[in-house]
Amino acid sequence: MRDSNTNQTTDPNAPTPINVGEERTQPVGAFFDLAKWATKAPEGEQLISTAYGDRVTQDLMYVENKAGVHKPDPILVADNVTRKFGGMTAVDVEHFEIERHGITALIGPNGAGKTTFFNLMTGFDTPNTGTWHFDGQDMAHVQPEKVAKGGMVRTFQLTKVMSRLTVLDNMLLGAPVQPGEGMLRALWPGAWKKHEKENREKAEALLERFLLFKKKDDYAGGLSGGQRKLLEMARALMSDPKLVMLDEPMAGVNPALKQSLLDHIISLREDGTTVLFVEHDINMVRHIADWVTVMAEGKIVAEGQPKTVMDDPAVVDAYLGAHANIDLADIDSIDNDDDGSEDVQ
Amino acid sequence: MNALTIITNVLGELMAPTTAAYALAAMGLNIHFGMTGLMNMGQAGFMLLGAYGFAITQAMGGNLFISIVTALVLAAIYGLLLGIPTLKLGPDYLAMVTLAAAEIVRIVARSTAMTHVTGGSAGISPQDFTTQFEALSPLPDGSTTFLLWTYNNNIANSWWLRIVAWILVAIAAVLCWRWFNSPWGRVLKGIREDENAIKSLGKNVTKYKMQALILGGLFGAIAGIVFVLPRSVQPDSLGRTVTFYTWTILLLGGAATIMGPILGSCVLWVLLTLVKEVMRVSIPETVMSSNQIEALGWVIVGVALMCLVIFRPQGILGNKKELAFNA
Repeated sequence: MRDSNTNQTTDPNAPTPINVGEERTQPVGAFFDLAKWATKAPEGEQLISTAYGDRVTQDLMYVENKAGVHKPDPILVADNVTRKFGGMTAVDVEHFEIERHGITALIGPNGAGKTTFFNLMTGFDTPNTGTWHFDGQDMAHVQPEKVAKGGMVRTFQLTKVMSRLTVLDNMLLGAPVQPGEGMLRALWPGAWKKHEKENREKAEALLERFLLFKKKDDYAGGLSGGQRKLLEMARALMSDPKLVMLDEPMAGVNPALKQSLLDHIISLREDGTTVLFVEHDINMVRHIADWVTVMAEGKIVAEGQPKTVMDDPAVVDAYLGAHANIDLADIDSIDNDDDGSEDVQ
Repeated sequence: MNALTIITNVLGELMAPTTAAYALAAMGLNIHFGMTGLMNMGQAGFMLLGAYGFAITQAMGGNLFISIVTALVLAAIYGLLLGIPTLKLGPDYLAMVTLAAAEIVRIVARSTAMTHVTGGSAGISPQDFTTQFEALSPLPDGSTTFLLWTYNNNIANSWWLRIVAWILVAIAAVLCWRWFNSPWGRVLKGIREDENAIKSLGKNVTKYKMQALILGGLFGAIAGIVFVLPRSVQPDSLGRTVTFYTWTILLLGGAATIMGPILGSCVLWVLLTLVKEVMRVSIPETVMSSNQIEALGWVIVGVALMCLVIFRPQGILGNKKELAFNA
């Protein structure tokens, strides 16, 4: 269960949770209550702690707001990553770090190379040059499944759910330990029934948290677009990843569900999970991100606190260009076809 | 010919060794296609290798166990060789490669250069490879009549072969059921739905696809042995058409179901025999020769199958709900 989170047990600097909601009658601690750990509690609920959020804010306060800056406690460090498609350089990142336990937003106009960068980091695409380390492990030229096993789990811009499997089966596929996934051991249920039961409990708890519990026996193909996004995110969390990379988690999600997704992302941080996400909705980025990285034409053009970055002339340039008179928040409504040219999943 | 003969012949198909062989082959294909989404268009290749592996080692005087192991090993190596270059590519490539490879196996086996091993296009005759299997039978010599049906106890198209074939089908069905409902089967179904999603969850997709390809191929090899035991090993009797019949059976019974391949095989052969027998009785020789009736039988069954695919695309046992999310 989540209580034995590796980050919390191995990291001596891990802050102790501060109990804010002392008057709560419900017992605290079960991990499916973690939605209540967010910096901004979902409606009608109270926060337990904002410890990780506070610490990341503290740490990042003293970091200079410029592209390729070093951070106090990076979980992912990438150097000189380039990817060329023919003559076009899709990604050319000199140096990039992600702060541990932070929520980092990766923004940029369409075709900036965000999705390609995601694909490179997670092994779905091979770079022309570059090295990167995740939590001390070399991750360059590592196959996607090994990247995922290493604790770096991603979701996809075009949501990938297994349509003709039930929601619960989708979740169970995300479980990291299941000996029954071996061909021969599968024939002896005794070898895997116990794990199956544990995984099922965990999956059901996560589904409850992501408001999908009632749908658990339905085919995933019958879910709405927003519910699929939720399912994909919940499935990624089955393996207790150290870093989740969400590719446009809000695209095509209705505003009501958006709010609950936001709360979930915030609650992930208080869980000890590091989050990197690509998003076009600037208001949303401003609301939840601890740190914003801006890409344009494959390069990282700016980095910094959300407020500072939004005022950076390089960002205004990259994002607005010809549409300078349009409100930033409406930017995604102009560009319907998101990153279409660079999608090589 | 009277009605009783027709009924006897038609229902006899239900327990024929060939029906069992096709059921086994379709189960293998079900692991490929129904579970993993691999488009194997060369199941006959696996069957041929199984048949030859068994018959050649038998003809050379090996014991039954060694022959069966040889058949399985040959099929496994064949699956490995097919899978290495193609599994990383899309499903259409696998379809082309398996179709071509099955033809290569057949053509090599029937080539004159191979006559001393495979018997060339004449193949291997039953007395060279069935004696050990027949000697294993606990049944007394002679023939037995059970209800309507009379077959030899041990020789050729015998009761003994029927018993063994259907026991194999039963074992295969239990194994399939176990695999389908295991976490391993779930990963395969996940691969069928979306490979990249499974990769992103930390599973080695190529390994799983290879396992599925080989496992389905082993079912094919056993099917090949059962297929040749009542007749002789003939390269051309296990050609492309066998692959297509196997596909028909799988889609008829319902892909991704456990009993689908068995039911599909029974329905197809019973239906075909029924149509042909009825036509033979009802259509006089002057209107249609028996050759034409044979061909027309396939035409009628073909049309019936087309109707099935149009009006019940999930097959007899398939789940309509699953098909709703084809996209």
